[in-house]
Amino acid sequence: MATVVLPPRHYLNDGYGIKSWLLTRDHKRIALLYLAGVTFFFFVGGAMAVLIRLELATPAGDLVSDETYNKLFTMHGVMMVFFFLIPAIPSVLGNFLVPIMIGAKDLAFPKINLLSWYIYIVGGLFTLYSLVTGGVDTGWTFYTPFSTVSSTTNVISTALGIFITGFSSILTGLNFIVTIHRMRAPGMTWFRMPLFLWSTYATSLINVLGTPVIAITVLLVAVERIFHFGFFNPALGGDPVLFQHLFWFYSHPAVYIMVLPAMGVISELVAGACRKPVFGYHFVAFASLAIAVLGFLVWGHHMFVAGQSVYAAMIFSILSFLVAIPSAVKVFNWTATMWKGAVSWETPMLYAYGFIGLFTIGGLTGLFLAAIGVDVHVTDTYFIIAHFHYIMVGGTIMGYLGGLHYWWPKISGRLYNEGLAKLAAGIIFVGFNLTFFPQFIVGYLGMPRRYHAYPPEFQVLNVLSSAGASILGVGYLIPMVYLMWSLRYGRLAGSNPWGVVGLEWTTTSPPPTENFTETPVVTWDAYDYPARMEGHVV
Amino acid sequence: MASRVDNLFFFLVGLTIFFSLIIAGTIVYCAVKYHRKRPDQVGARIHGGLLLELTWTVIPLMITMVIFVWGTSVFFAMSRPPDETLNIYVVGKQWMWKFQHLDGQREINELHVPVGRPVKLIMTSEDVIHDVFVPAFRVKADVLPGRYTNIWFEPTKPGRYRLFCAEYCGTRHSGMIGEVVVMDATEFQTWLSGGAPEGSLASTGAKLFQDLACNTCHRPDAQGRGPVLEGLFGKTVQLQNGETVQADEAYIRESILTPSAKITAGFQPIMPTFQGLVTEEQLLALVEYVKSLHAPSQAQSR
Repeated sequence: MATVVLPPRHYLNDGYGIKSWLLTRDHKRIALLYLAGVTFFFFVGGAMAVLIRLELATPAGDLVSDETYNKLFTMHGVMMVFFFLIPAIPSVLGNFLVPIMIGAKDLAFPKINLLSWYIYIVGGLFTLYSLVTGGVDTGWTFYTPFSTVSSTTNVISTALGIFITGFSSILTGLNFIVTIHRMRAPGMTWFRMPLFLWSTYATSLINVLGTPVIAITVLLVAVERIFHFGFFNPALGGDPVLFQHLFWFYSHPAVYIMVLPAMGVISELVAGACRKPVFGYHFVAFASLAIAVLGFLVWGHHMFVAGQSVYAAMIFSILSFLVAIPSAVKVFNWTATMWKGAVSWETPMLYAYGFIGLFTIGGLTGLFLAAIGVDVHVTDTYFIIAHFHYIMVGGTIMGYLGGLHYWWPKISGRLYNEGLAKLAAGIIFVGFNLTFFPQFIVGYLGMPRRYHAYPPEFQVLNVLSSAGASILGVGYLIPMVYLMWSLRYGRLAGSNPWGVVGLEWTTTSPPPTENFTETPVVTWDAYDYPARMEGHVV
Repeated sequence: MASRVDNLFFFLVGLTIFFSLIIAGTIVYCAVKYHRKRPDQVGARIHGGLLLELTWTVIPLMITMVIFVWGTSVFFAMSRPPDETLNIYVVGKQWMWKFQHLDGQREINELHVPVGRPVKLIMTSEDVIHDVFVPAFRVKADVLPGRYTNIWFEPTKPGRYRLFCAEYCGTRHSGMIGEVVVMDATEFQTWLSGGAPEGSLASTGAKLFQDLACNTCHRPDAQGRGPVLEGLFGKTVQLQNGETVQADEAYIRESILTPSAKITAGFQPIMPTFQGLVTEEQLLALVEYVKSLHAPSQAQSR
């Protein structure tokens, strides 16, 4: 490690002009294009969250008008869900890692991969256009008939933005499925694949099967708005609840699109940090597929108070409890992986601990919502907000940041400042809990979501939440600084800075454009640490 | 009912704390105990264990099934109002709540109810989806345009309780809040008789029934061109197409707005639609009037 040098030829110095980036077909460069995109939208969505929390620091609606507030939470949701959480891990880490982890030179369809990014950017620009020309106030859920009859804001252009971006998810999903099926290196059998690939595969299935449904749903909203066809508006003979069925048929599985890839990252992080195979590899792999399949059957749990029949509610309730089981299995397996491991305390592992803890709370509070009798009280309150932010922010963003730190030396060839990174991870963990834990309580006490002004008895908890959000915001800015800094000044990483197993660590950092100078031949299972074991310490 | 919800809620809080502590405790224990001491140290070769996997699959499965049965039984109790309830109609619109008592009293954003009596709210919306949420009573239900939904609760303590709109409904959503005022039974009676100039809701409906000339066809003597409405409510109606339908509020509403949707057996589809001619509140009055029409023999026996 003492005399690491940059490889003379790697994907970052294989052409320098703007064209070499915008017309690239290299999955690693496309991953970096996505990194720029999702980071931009994350901070746009984050800026709105800051304004929301500032407004809610006082009970009166005094910082922004009610109209503006409604647009803020709508755009926060749209930006974060469709332009950050859904693409973040698959399109950045997945794009970078899928071919390398299976020993391939690139994805199956490199040009389509680039097309995905352009579609994503066009969809994002459409949505940004809707934002700067007045915004949209329907909530990211677009519930009818409000969105089709009542709202006077930019519903159609936002819906089109989401419609367009959906195709980028579909194409990326398709690309991953074909690549994993067809391009594995000799000897890389399905059960030798790292678990990140299993969860990416499961995610891709949902993307390909579910995204068309949201596409057609937002299209129906646009058609009802423009041509007054009665799909959802009861005055025209439509059914407003039908929209909710269609919307959640995609948007519940979309929750798993957001969290499954993070689970894959955590499997890699835990194995790498413990230098040990993931406990119960097959159970973790099949849990991903079980979540993908069951995730399609639970959408009705978003509608327990929406007027569906009590028996339908009962079925959706029991299915929702069932989908909790594979998630629990994963948590237990990650925890068990640490047993007799060689546990590191480096930054990626801190994010992994954070993920497991926060995801456990997010998952267990899901049981409150699956239990219909309790859901009736806490649904549409801040309890829901807290629950899904524990999954989305505590889960997905922790996983994403953990993964970014773990593979950053591979992506950039350089190491970031470990002390600053640990500090940022700590700040994010504290800020996150201070932001969202009080929301469980204020939700149980009855504060409804999407309220611009609220009764004074809820203020203390809201102030705590707003204070937490400012800490969290700082926590998110710090990695921006030291990661950028490391690009120029960071110590060289060498091919395997963590001392871990996996094909991506056998090639140089950064890897050459074709990933490997020779196609690897795989004769070992994933996480094959004992092969390298020198002294077994209990 | 509130205590039944809370019992399950706090059971789940306990469960969450228990499992979170187990997971967090194990993580911290392992992170400390197995902290990497040498840079080249690797972990033990452990691939898994079937017994452990089965344990942590089956135990959570059993726990969740217990919660499922518990949660569903609470929900079923919530969804089934007792036979005898004090019925109050609710109409939501952007951005206010309108309450209509059967005795004719109307109020906005404030709902007076007596203590110790089950109250059923029969709710609809004039525009978009709203949601009645009274946190203190642990009840919540969406209020949909074009449909009736209902919730019930039994206030146990006089006082004022917040009522929120819990389904986002547009610009002034957070201003669509009100209060449930729970009063002593006698106080409530005094309040109720305090002023309803137009008479009971059913009598308003009766007047509308005449004004809209419904009574030219729907006559009590079976000689009219439309079905007899006396004693209709709650009965099973035989339809032209061979199906049957329960005559509830939704059916009466639909028959006024879209008469051709369900034609009673033996009648012609000649009734015109009243879509756009009557407001939601007038519809409620008509529905209540039809509900108040007892069959002649029934009326005599009373």
